[in-house]
Amino acid sequence: MTTPWTLICKQEDLVEGAGVAAMVSGEQVAIFYVPESEQKVFAISNWDPIGKANVLSRGLVAHLQEQWVVASPLYKQHFVLASGQCLEEDIKIPHWQAKLEGSDVFIAAHL
Amino acid sequence: MTSTVSFLTTKPHIIVIGNGMVGHHFVEQMIAQGGHDAFHISVFGEEPYLAYDRVHLSEYFTGKGAADLAMTDGSLYDTHGVRYFTGCLVIKIDRGAKQVMLQNGESLAYDKLVLATGSYPFVPPIPGHKRDNTFVYRTLDDLDAIRTCAKQVTRGTVVGGGLLGLEAANALKNLGLETSVVEFAPRLMPVQLDEKGGAVLKEMIEGLGVKVYTDTATKDIVDGESAFHRMNFADGSHLETDLILFSAGIRPQDALAHQSGLTVGERGGISVNNHCQTSDDDIYAIGECALWNNRIFGLVAPGYAMAKSAAGHLLTDFLGLAGVTFTGADMSTKLKLLGCDVGSVGDAHAQSQGCKVFVYQDEISQSYRKMVVSEDGKKLLGAVLVGDNSYYDTLLQYYLNAIDLPEQAQALILPAMEGAPVGLGVDALPATASICSCHNVSKQDISDAVCNGALSVGDVKGVTKAATGCGGCAALLKKVVDNALLALGVEVSTDLCEHFAYTRQDLYNLVKIGEIKTFNELLKTHGKGHGCEICKPAVGSILASVWNDYVLKKEHISLQDTNDRFLANMQKDGTYSIVPRIPGGEITPDRLIVLGQVAKEYGLYTKVTGGQRIDLFGATLSQLPEIWEKLIAAGFETGQAYGKSLRTVKSCVGSTWCRYGVNDSMKMAIELENRYKGLRSPHKIKFAVSGCTRECAEAQSKDIGVIATEGGWNLYVCGNGGMKPRHGDLFAKDLDDETLVKYIDRVLMFYTKTADRLQRTSVWMDGLEGGLDYLKEVVIDDKLGLCAELEARMQHVVDTFQCEWKTTLQDPEALKTFRQFVNYEGSDSNVVFVEERNQMRPATESEKQQLIAKVG
Repeated sequence: MTTPWTLICKQEDLVEGAGVAAMVSGEQVAIFYVPESEQKVFAISNWDPIGKANVLSRGLVAHLQEQWVVASPLYKQHFVLASGQCLEEDIKIPHWQAKLEGSDVFIAAHL
Repeated sequence: MTSTVSFLTTKPHIIVIGNGMVGHHFVEQMIAQGGHDAFHISVFGEEPYLAYDRVHLSEYFTGKGAADLAMTDGSLYDTHGVRYFTGCLVIKIDRGAKQVMLQNGESLAYDKLVLATGSYPFVPPIPGHKRDNTFVYRTLDDLDAIRTCAKQVTRGTVVGGGLLGLEAANALKNLGLETSVVEFAPRLMPVQLDEKGGAVLKEMIEGLGVKVYTDTATKDIVDGESAFHRMNFADGSHLETDLILFSAGIRPQDALAHQSGLTVGERGGISVNNHCQTSDDDIYAIGECALWNNRIFGLVAPGYAMAKSAAGHLLTDFLGLAGVTFTGADMSTKLKLLGCDVGSVGDAHAQSQGCKVFVYQDEISQSYRKMVVSEDGKKLLGAVLVGDNSYYDTLLQYYLNAIDLPEQAQALILPAMEGAPVGLGVDALPATASICSCHNVSKQDISDAVCNGALSVGDVKGVTKAATGCGGCAALLKKVVDNALLALGVEVSTDLCEHFAYTRQDLYNLVKIGEIKTFNELLKTHGKGHGCEICKPAVGSILASVWNDYVLKKEHISLQDTNDRFLANMQKDGTYSIVPRIPGGEITPDRLIVLGQVAKEYGLYTKVTGGQRIDLFGATLSQLPEIWEKLIAAGFETGQAYGKSLRTVKSCVGSTWCRYGVNDSMKMAIELENRYKGLRSPHKIKFAVSGCTRECAEAQSKDIGVIATEGGWNLYVCGNGGMKPRHGDLFAKDLDDETLVKYIDRVLMFYTKTADRLQRTSVWMDGLEGGLDYLKEVVIDDKLGLCAELEARMQHVVDTFQCEWKTTLQDPEALKTFRQFVNYEGSDSNVVFVEERNQMRPATESEKQQLIAKVG
């Protein structure tokens, strides 16, 4: 089965080592561009379930215990970019498959 | 739910009835020991929610939502194959057929059954107790109903002055009701407190505006004249109130045990043995519904202990070893009720044979403490504390571990005097000492966790769960962890984080000496890995302190915390506040009008800050550049309220206007603010300048304080308001303008060079070896030969100042990052404002739900 990919934006819309927000079928998605990582781009929900606001795209990207994570700008909990798992709480937020192809950024349906 | 609820495999089936804190803990215990592999587990909860933290139920009224209080979102259950059913009442147990029957008529077979049905609130059968506007305080639904009613009325009364009653009274008070408490017993908290303690607590609570009636029996409740109810008391008096909340104790929820013929106690409660088995070996009962040794335990910690022993017993065969048995539990407790500390340890009522008592009472600061000791004075048997719980931890440890009391044991409840023995050091605690009673974690468990690699309080919490129940032992836990680390010979690490094995001071020097200009360069030469949210902003700040580059340069942007990245202060809903610089708090009417116009145009909430400037709240990300364009056009500069940098120089009006002023504090304040406004420092810095010794600008509570004298300026350093106030130290007297600036340059640069990350000047000074005298030697006597360099560094910062917003507006690449979405022009629909006092503020969760409901 082929994954249906949606074109979101251009690479130049991303910020190196940080996140931006995108709207995908009515859902807010935080897209992170991490050139040092294998995947290069990650997509998780923009909604911080602890701070209860759409802010995760504006958090700091960190590399902890061999995983790429973002620290929420509100209360600093970490969310794993590849899985949406919160490191401090028993919470997992939605995440999407994402890819960089040429200068185009795509994401796929919910994982 | 479907009607075919059988499993295909042959694993035995455990049904847990009740999904409160204890029922949930049981499931956690099973999962922790692999029990989900040995059994199918199904959980039934009567309430529509999964288990939530009933201990902190009152926080539902102070901003927490149901999700905050939830013990799990269900993922723990899902991941381990535990089936759960909320809003699902079990109405019958058929022990012969080993089946339970649900309200919807379905039946389900079990092999083992665990009753964790908890308790229900006891409502005294006073005539009128079922009238409208009467409530109990147990579930989230109860609280919703109370909140709805409280919105429409003014007076509320709690029947019951025990622990839960006072908790409920606090909630009513927080809901804005005129609150009364009616207690049948002669004192408040009759179970935990003695007469005198109860009296002190009553006085304190009445001091907070809650009316307390003790020794008062309610005869009946009828229609009121000035309020909804009238409560007629046995002595002929009465009380008018709109809302009545019954909190007169709990009763075990043992209906299923009665129905199925299990042995129950005379006054209720399902009888259990040390494994928490009921009279039917296949049925267990745990928590507040269980009666052990003729006692009900109405606290969460014993409930958890029961859950653990039941789980251990069920898994004995699976694990090949016997679990712990339940042999009673300590009912000592400490609480903050209506802001008053109350603690009760062991035999609070001094009922032990031959016991002796020490009492300390202070009617001025309203505190009362009692120690009950054994006849020979060697052991602590119990204690009562009202007004100050700082004595609790030490007393509890003496009690729980039966440690011999020191000579002069009374010192344990006396106020700390100079030379008096301080509390029991953690060294003195035996390995068996229970540190966290909620999760039954001993000192030994913590040492073991540390030995096995949990090298921080956070890690230890994760491994042992200590301090994750009521949280009362958090401070003690930290001491035990530190102690264990010390014992291991682990030097408590001063590394910045896992990426840099250096302190901030080391990194500062490396950056400066190695002329390092970017994070990646520093990471490559002196660090490892890819960086994190600790080291990135810290290094970003160091780079800015040393080189003073534009912070949104491509190579720096990902280092910035969100506030620095968007040059504004993020608020709880993800919008930002904007604070233009207003040096010294001096502003022309024209500029003030501009601020007003901009705020009005964008509907921003407007407030004067403590630092004499104006904060505009509620701007969205994409509005920030537009707003700043307007502010800059009117001559404003960024106020750097978002940065770890100079905030404001607060000032009084000084000698130009004030009849007492001895020098022009206004002019000095503006000069200082303009000089240091670009400095990036380890933490924020606040200044103030007062024009005379009356000190209207409160300069002694600032990082840098300047006070005019007849002979010039007095300089104070390292003061702080905020969380831990510290008076500034007088650093030098009667300075002329030039020397004042020179000293401030040197002090600030020396701080910027040597402080830890996020360390305010006050803490830096407290930790500075040699203290104030040393700082004077460095800054005034140039002991380290650094002064010229410190001044030159500061001059560089001053000379390279740029308004970051001005630079940003000219940089199309930087401006692009202020888009709300990269692919969509709309706004964040979760940002919702409501109006209050003629301005906008973020809608609360419940307001949002209502607004959405209306729209939907």
